[in-house]
Amino acid sequence: MKPSRIVITGVGLTAPNGNTLAEFRANLLAGKAGVESMEIRYMGSQLAGVCHYDPLKYQKKKEVRVGTRAGSISIYCAREALADSGVNFETLPKDRVGIYIGCTEHGNVETENEIYNISKFNYDTKFWSHYHTPRTVANNPAGETSLNLGTTGPAYTIGAACAAGNMGLIHATQMLRLGEVDFAVCGGVSESIHTFGIFAGFKSQNALATHEDPLKASRPFDLARNGIVISEGGALYTLERLEDAQARGAKIYAEIAGYHVNSDASDYVLPNPVRQTECIRSALGRAGLQPAGIHIVNTHATATPLGDIQECEAIRAVFGENCPDTHINNTKSYIGHCMGAAGALELAGNLPSFDDLTVHPTINVDNLDPKCDLPGLVLNQPRKAAKVDTILNNSFGMLGINSTLIVRRFVP
Amino acid sequence: MTKDECKQVVLNIIADIAPDEDLSNVKPDVRLRDQLQLDSMDFLDIVMELRKRHGIEVPEADYMQLASLDSCAEYLTPKFNALAGRQ
Repeated sequence: MKPSRIVITGVGLTAPNGNTLAEFRANLLAGKAGVESMEIRYMGSQLAGVCHYDPLKYQKKKEVRVGTRAGSISIYCAREALADSGVNFETLPKDRVGIYIGCTEHGNVETENEIYNISKFNYDTKFWSHYHTPRTVANNPAGETSLNLGTTGPAYTIGAACAAGNMGLIHATQMLRLGEVDFAVCGGVSESIHTFGIFAGFKSQNALATHEDPLKASRPFDLARNGIVISEGGALYTLERLEDAQARGAKIYAEIAGYHVNSDASDYVLPNPVRQTECIRSALGRAGLQPAGIHIVNTHATATPLGDIQECEAIRAVFGENCPDTHINNTKSYIGHCMGAAGALELAGNLPSFDDLTVHPTINVDNLDPKCDLPGLVLNQPRKAAKVDTILNNSFGMLGINSTLIVRRFVP
Repeated sequence: MTKDECKQVVLNIIADIAPDEDLSNVKPDVRLRDQLQLDSMDFLDIVMELRKRHGIEVPEADYMQLASLDSCAEYLTPKFNALAGRQ
């Protein structure tokens, strides 16, 4: 039996340079980055991508106080996506709504906060918050979202390091096809900038970006790139089976065309271009597409010296020849690495290309690293494309998890 | 500390843990849960904040003493004063 066609019908996001898809896209086309200095506990001023959405748009003050930043970002994005989808949420059977949210990690922020808190009381654990457990359970962001929305279907997170944003969409697609739910809210979120541990960890790994101008700090593919800018953010989508979306006359952003997830099984942190290539090729196979049929490849590249080269190797192996209509870009050059939100946000930033036939560039490339030179790489200025019918989105993560998601222009 | 001052201490804590609530007309003789949106986790917050801010311990067996502002004042004022006496 042919699997159901799954379509994207709503987008809600918060990024360091925009709190709606329209604002985010406008800044991607205008070359406007969103990285700033932020005080990080124990470490002082660090570069970070900070979101500036209004949490009180959809949450009570108490919800913000009791909950987590990841929960708050999820609620904001979910509510925005639902509003954007135009669905009559009141009449939607709440037990048939699934919430699937990708996370790189969850709980570090809240645990660090509690340890800091009890440090003020001579490490007496009777001052440890009773909220620590509900804040740190791995399903927290999805659970807070179900509480806020009042949905009673499955709501959980998918831990997949920095491949997680794609994983939310992939998992939702699978659940819709299995008939487990009829409506899905899915994507990825991150609150990572609120944990000093991630900054300290990347710094110890010599993988934390520095630059005198914060807006120039995230520079994938540039010869002078020196690491990752850590960011928070979120992008959640509403996904539906095509017939349901059509029955309610929904606006359709795109159709899920194909995907693949695999594992390197080779190293804790180092990427593996061979497995990345396999992941991309398998996603193409599932979508029934040849490499030349992909019009935008959004790279995962995080601006680490080695990681960018290895991903370029993988992309070159697939798209290096005979792909005259394939354009390649990168979104982290604007917003840093939004961790669990990265894949979902980066896809969102490219979706409007179906309408405006414009590919947003990779910015901050003053001197292209020859090892990252790929045919079709869009540098520093937006490029008009003859056609944009397909977008391929790569997201890779530590412990060697790779995810590739392909969406296509919806054609009935 | 007077009982009225003690009630204000409790109200100040509630203002922080239930920031959406209007506390201008809290009836001192009515159970807090019957007039404000407070759940059991919030009551644990009151206990925690009494401990953190004022060094007051409320054993679990005495939680029911925190039901209303009046009962809070009856129960907590002597504790505050005993603590002040020790200091």
